[in-house]
Amino acid sequence: MAAGVAAWLPFARAAAIGWMPVANMPMPVAPSEKNKRQDELIILNVSGRRFQTWRNTLDRYPDTLLGSSEKEFFYNEESKEYFFDRDPDVFRSVLNFYRTGKLHFPRYECITSYDEELAFFGIIPEIIGDCCYEEYKDRKRENAERLMDDQEDNKDAKLPNMTFRETMWRAFENPHTSTMALVFYYVTGFFIAVSVITNVVETVPCGSSPNQKEVPCGERYTVAFFCMDTACVMIFTVEYLMRLFAAPSRYRFMRSVMSIIDVVAILPYYIGLVMTDNEDVSGAFVTLRVFRVFRIFKFSRHSQGLRILGYTLKSCASELGFLLFSLTMAIIIFATVMFYAEKGSSSSKFTSIPASFWYTIVTMTTLGYGDMVPKTIAGKIFGSICSLSGVLVIALPVPVIVSNFSRIYHQNQRADKRRAQKVQKARLARIRISKTGSAVQSSAFLHSKRNGLFNEALELTQLPYKINLSDQSSIDEDQRLSKSTSLLESQHHHLLHCLEKTTNHEFVDEQYYQQSYLEAGMQNYPSRSPSLSSQDGVTGTCCTRRSKKHHKPLPNTSAPAHIPPLKHTHQLGLQELSTIHIQPLSTSRSSLNMRVDEQAPLNCQSSQITTAIISIPTPPVTTPEGDAHLPAGPAHQNVVKVSAL
Amino acid sequence: MLSMNLEGLEMIAVLVVVVLFVKVLERFGLLEAGYDDSVEDELELSAVRHRPEGLEQLEAQTRFSRKELQILYRGFKNECPSGIVNEETFKEIYAQFFPQGDATTYAHFLFNAFDTDHNGSVSFEDFVMGLSILLRGTVQEKLNWAFNLYDINKDGFITKEEMLDIMKAIYDMMGKCTYPVLREEAPRQHVEVFFQKMDKNKDGVVTIDEFIDCCQNDENIMRSMHLFENVL
Repeated sequence: MAAGVAAWLPFARAAAIGWMPVANMPMPVAPSEKNKRQDELIILNVSGRRFQTWRNTLDRYPDTLLGSSEKEFFYNEESKEYFFDRDPDVFRSVLNFYRTGKLHFPRYECITSYDEELAFFGIIPEIIGDCCYEEYKDRKRENAERLMDDQEDNKDAKLPNMTFRETMWRAFENPHTSTMALVFYYVTGFFIAVSVITNVVETVPCGSSPNQKEVPCGERYTVAFFCMDTACVMIFTVEYLMRLFAAPSRYRFMRSVMSIIDVVAILPYYIGLVMTDNEDVSGAFVTLRVFRVFRIFKFSRHSQGLRILGYTLKSCASELGFLLFSLTMAIIIFATVMFYAEKGSSSSKFTSIPASFWYTIVTMTTLGYGDMVPKTIAGKIFGSICSLSGVLVIALPVPVIVSNFSRIYHQNQRADKRRAQKVQKARLARIRISKTGSAVQSSAFLHSKRNGLFNEALELTQLPYKINLSDQSSIDEDQRLSKSTSLLESQHHHLLHCLEKTTNHEFVDEQYYQQSYLEAGMQNYPSRSPSLSSQDGVTGTCCTRRSKKHHKPLPNTSAPAHIPPLKHTHQLGLQELSTIHIQPLSTSRSSLNMRVDEQAPLNCQSSQITTAIISIPTPPVTTPEGDAHLPAGPAHQNVVKVSAL
Repeated sequence: MLSMNLEGLEMIAVLVVVVLFVKVLERFGLLEAGYDDSVEDELELSAVRHRPEGLEQLEAQTRFSRKELQILYRGFKNECPSGIVNEETFKEIYAQFFPQGDATTYAHFLFNAFDTDHNGSVSFEDFVMGLSILLRGTVQEKLNWAFNLYDINKDGFITKEEMLDIMKAIYDMMGKCTYPVLREEAPRQHVEVFFQKMDKNKDGVVTIDEFIDCCQNDENIMRSMHLFENVL
């Protein structure tokens, strides 16, 4: 229940009077507010700054430091205030949480100090409101990443017992670790450059002797270029094999982008070696040589900027996709239009729509080669519209890509994987907590039925020796437990109980409901005892678990007492004591059947009034974790069942 | 000499240019658009603020003490800073107390019962007047209030349909997971029982006098009227 809404509980309870004329059964006793104090102001002195609030405000969250009796440890007798030696600025947020029910995270605050204060005051960070939660999570993640970075830097110190393989791998990944690695790094870089330059120079026409036509250098100095190529490929092959050997996970290494580039770079050479000088395949052979240019991508190992660029393009895939898609659409539209516009004119270059594609692309990117120009008026009009729209369409996604690049560059490529993982986990956790928040209320009501109503029964009897107890200690435990539920909770539960009485149905939890639903289809209820049928017109189904008494008004009832004390004789008619039936959370069907049988003989006796208390061992109550709003009741072993027969 | 023999596509080209021109003029506001733009900028500037009457007046009109009024108002204002509750907020607040079921229908009826002047919102005065009757009123007044709640169209008679609506709303609050399983006829049967009890002359409606008479003769109801007296 939200803190603010707690103020409306008196209203909800008062409005319950609307149910009274409709109800056929008497209502349960209202929880008495023993020693109800007048609400008083308490002073919280946090490092000299005094905060004041009502005591009730703090009592809204009984399982935090300020809401529980833990604050008594900080009570200062002389100044009659609670003194905390903590940060007053963060305490503002903490106190506002009690007041408004929402926890906010101020932007200027340091994340670690905030976390510490929250931990001190017993508040879990997950209840930070939605308005501030993203910010909080972002800062926390950045902090964690920074910590991880620091740890990684420390890892550079050479660990004593690393295998040769691990040393090699570290050397490859981080060239600054040792001199050898640095040398290797520069050598490979040099050879990449050499290889690329070789490829380029190969095609330049070298000086020709007068009797021959111009030949490219590659054909003039074939042997030299071949040797250069071989040397480069040797180096690359050796490097690749060494990386493969050193990789901690070979399979993962082979799938990585860099290794694919390596393979693509050296493969053409080997294929070229293998293939003969067959004329048919020489065309394909030439194509393969094109792949040699991929060696330039090997530079990305050496350059951080290149990696970031590639990463940016990958992360902007959606924007790029949009750009491509919209361009394609526009190209097709304009090409079609231009084709039909220029169809009329003679000697038109626009021979078909695909031929117009080229014109459209050149125009939209404002290149304007001039090899195809429209001649008709309509063609010129549409051509101009085409070029104007091209500017717009291309200009739109570009700033997005640019800003992405700069962001990533500044962040120095934090892995998206880490981010996605944590967000997903936290999101699931928050969904779970918010879901259990409402489930917690209803289960709290069912849970407290056990404790609270038992307590009521105790109050009614007032004569402990009349009660047949099987276990004295369980009573004490339950008493203690029921006291721990706050007054608000007990009032809320009383309200729900009144509703139950009005409608003659009980709240049960999900599992039990499904079970009983199935049971209703499968089982016939055992025959009712006659006393049940008299007042049972409403529900229609047999309630074997409830036994209601035919009530006669007591002549000497005093007005305020709702249910007079239980007398052990059967001469005085008794006020009906509702069966307090507790559904244990155990869901085994056999146990349900067992209980039915157990009670059947009891139901038959209608004249004798006895209060019997049966304690049935059940598995401990599983309240969901992380409910900050309810007292965490210790799991208790015995479920107590009280039935008046 | 200009050839007036325009080709088909050239006609389209000209049309396109003309349309673009008109649109540009409209954009610059030089040409009035044919249809009136819906006044989307007519925001509800009035964030309604309501200040209640003074403490003395409320003290005189209700049966609460000064302190109680203070506590009530603080809670009220905390939840509704604008000073009035509209039906949506009311439903939300009330629904928080009944997590297992759907309290909106009943909250609607409650809202109408509190909103005595039927202006669509419950101010603090309405709120406190209602509470005063419920918590500090005589049994007669309380029963009157309950009758008013059931009588949806406020015509002085409770018909079976009205009662059925109320009953369904109450049963809706229980939700699905009940024991015994909630069946379709449960509200209807409950209404039958109610009418059997209340409708003395069997004319199919319950008047205020029948209602009050019958309730006063019913022990249970009488006793439960005093249930919430010490709520505040």
